[in-house]
Amino acid sequence: MTGTPMADLIVVGGGLHGCSAALHAAKRGLSVIVIEKDNAGRHASGVNAGGVRRLGRNYAEVPISVRSMEIWHRIEDLVDDDCGFQRCPQIKVAETEAELETLAKRAADLRELGFTHEVIVDQQELRRLLPAVAPHCVGGLASLDDGFAIPYNTTFAFQRKARALGVQFFEKTHVENVRRDGKDWHVDTSAGTFKGRNLLNCAGAWAGEIARQLGEHAPIEAIAPMMIVTARMKRFCDAVVGGCGRPLSFKQAENGTVIIGGGRRGYPDPKTNKSEMRFSQLRYSAETAIGIFPIMKSATIVRSWAGIEGRMPDDIPVIGPSSTHENAFHAFGFSAHGFQLGPAVGELMAELIATGHTNAPIAPFSITRFANS
Amino acid sequence: MSATTKNRYDVAIIGAGPAGMAAAVEVTKAGLSAIVLDEQPAPGGQIYRGIETSDEKRTKILGPDYAAGRDIARAFRDSRAEYLPGATVWNIDSALGIDVSLGQGSKHIQAGAIVVATGAIERPTPMPGWTLPGVTTAGALQILLKANGVVSDDVVFVGSGPLLSLIAAQMLKAGVKPRAIVETVPQSRYVAALKHLPAALGAASYLLKGMAMMLSLRRAGVPIYRDATGIRIEGNGKAEAVTFTSGGKSHRLETTSVALHQGIVPNQQVTRLLRCEHEWNKSQHCFVPKVDEYFETTMADVYVAGDGAGIGGAVAARLRGRLAGLRIAEKAGRGNAQERRSVTDALMREAKIRPLLETLYAPSPEILAPADETLVCRCEEVTAGDIRKAVDLGAPGPNQVKSFLRSGMGPCQGRMCGLAVSEIIASRRGEPISEIGYYRIRPPLKPLLLSELAALESEEAVPVDLADESAALH
Repeated sequence: MTGTPMADLIVVGGGLHGCSAALHAAKRGLSVIVIEKDNAGRHASGVNAGGVRRLGRNYAEVPISVRSMEIWHRIEDLVDDDCGFQRCPQIKVAETEAELETLAKRAADLRELGFTHEVIVDQQELRRLLPAVAPHCVGGLASLDDGFAIPYNTTFAFQRKARALGVQFFEKTHVENVRRDGKDWHVDTSAGTFKGRNLLNCAGAWAGEIARQLGEHAPIEAIAPMMIVTARMKRFCDAVVGGCGRPLSFKQAENGTVIIGGGRRGYPDPKTNKSEMRFSQLRYSAETAIGIFPIMKSATIVRSWAGIEGRMPDDIPVIGPSSTHENAFHAFGFSAHGFQLGPAVGELMAELIATGHTNAPIAPFSITRFANS
Repeated sequence: MSATTKNRYDVAIIGAGPAGMAAAVEVTKAGLSAIVLDEQPAPGGQIYRGIETSDEKRTKILGPDYAAGRDIARAFRDSRAEYLPGATVWNIDSALGIDVSLGQGSKHIQAGAIVVATGAIERPTPMPGWTLPGVTTAGALQILLKANGVVSDDVVFVGSGPLLSLIAAQMLKAGVKPRAIVETVPQSRYVAALKHLPAALGAASYLLKGMAMMLSLRRAGVPIYRDATGIRIEGNGKAEAVTFTSGGKSHRLETTSVALHQGIVPNQQVTRLLRCEHEWNKSQHCFVPKVDEYFETTMADVYVAGDGAGIGGAVAARLRGRLAGLRIAEKAGRGNAQERRSVTDALMREAKIRPLLETLYAPSPEILAPADETLVCRCEEVTAGDIRKAVDLGAPGPNQVKSFLRSGMGPCQGRMCGLAVSEIIASRRGEPISEIGYYRIRPPLKPLLLSELAALESEEAVPVDLADESAALH
């Protein structure tokens, strides 16, 4: 490398959040460098289940999720690519009356907070929305205007658009050390040192180490949520379906294949960037899928995989400024539900970095909540 | 030999071809417990398929090299190895636990060492019209011949490689004359191959056999077109003709049956699943797992014997199987160094013919660089042009192309397109294919019923936090 590359902002991590923040920062006129140890979208961003949902989120995330949904509905305006986004209902299925009651309480809570996108559907309506659902399912909670997208294509589209706006990507470049030198951040990598005015930590499962170098405690755990895809099946499901009493994420893609996730975890190895399947756990996802959709008895699995994701102990992300340094920021630890949030979190981080302020309600996501843990 | 009763074995051998059978014989001779898992209903692998049930007439058609499999199968049957036919291995974990489907459910087997003896597959041959009904591979035709003696007439063989003329000659013996052989070997290759001739004379029997085959075809009046280029299979909904240029003239052969072949390459699915390191073999023009002199991979206690470690042929496969078996026994303190050395010497003699064959029968440049409109991934209908476009957008390698276009995501798990996709990306990016690499292979290795996974014997469910919905819904 000749000379030290410099930018207004250095983003560590080329997942969806890194690419989105870089894209939005470039739109605000900042020069941006993204440093990624693998290739963009290699881990959780590129290999997740692709659910684009407001449904069932932690209450603190709802406002940001709602804003993100607005962007998703017009995603092509932002990245010149449809990202494979399909608008469709997201439904959590209740298998018992008790589960339905829990869901009803949640819908009522949200209404009180001023959000009306989650609605209770009764058994009859559930059958109308999901003709193949098992007879014992009594109803559900639905967010009718949610959807799903194709994860890798989405991350790749954000990267391409960011590139088109002048963002420089350094892939297969491993960050070894971040340090402050005067007013600038110096980022030492396997490909030399980079200099930036601002630093954004979007390193996913690997973000804890960057935080540590900034003197901040972030007890992030690497997890490997497992996924299955089946051979093509005749169309039978037009919604993304989740469980209430037992974990499940279920959808039929446009080409007829069915993607089944549901939080069952394999073995992650963040040191080698590899993960391994754990079929003795994944069998429960298969069992639940067949339980809720009996048609799945005849389904054939063609592939399974697990991406590496960062999970926080309280299952909500870290979003906001560093508590120890000026001009340093975090957006990581999305705990296996960050895909839908990508467009809006990138937008608010760019605002925060460029102007020093954002109106988005990010206080619950401060890294300081772990300071004494 | 008995039906399986246990879950733990010193050695698990995947594949009951010459390498797998030979390895099983060696390790059980040394007193180790072994299980052989094979998809076929009977031992033999691809090369000796149906060997135990082949009648005299069929064995005569297939020739003495095929008949040699009888003794190997008999020795295997006489060994103490447990043998599970009809067994499809669908996952192997890093602790050498094997998940195998037996049709009526899956079984988990723990192995101390694994011999991957899954052999070779035919190289993908993307060219215009290769997906039309009526087009098959030469290997698929030979399976029919071995399994039930069925052969079609009117076949036009297209491509290159020793197997192409072998199968054509076998068909002739079976009384079905091939329509023609359209060879894609460029003239210049014969010159280039000449320098390997002296070494190949050390394995003169192979050369003589090859010459005899060609002679028999020519005597029978089978037209042989040399140095064919611009090959297209034409037809409306099914193969109707093959067109090409040869000897400065264009030709059109009408036929409803075309058999393609461009040599064989290691079946990498298992070694890729296990993340063994692989390297690009320039001479064989394919990826091969890195192995040491005893065919142990970069993953401890995982061996790959037979053509899976690089194409060497049936005799070498058996020797490699023996060598891997002897090495495993040696590691267990039951070695026989003298025998091991004699096997190594025999393997070196066997290797002498390879440089000549590999130079002469390197894949045709046309299938390595298919035209934009040619389908490369048949399962997901992805063309060479689609792949080039993805590269131009910035997709750096096969795994990104796979995510972006779904190539390699179909039921064949990339077996039919993997090498071609890597070639196209490498040439478009102007980078060596060794840097570009290959698809990551994910389990299940072969399609598996969801209900079979659900019925898997298993540990307790690890609780997933449902209070936050993250785990339940992405």
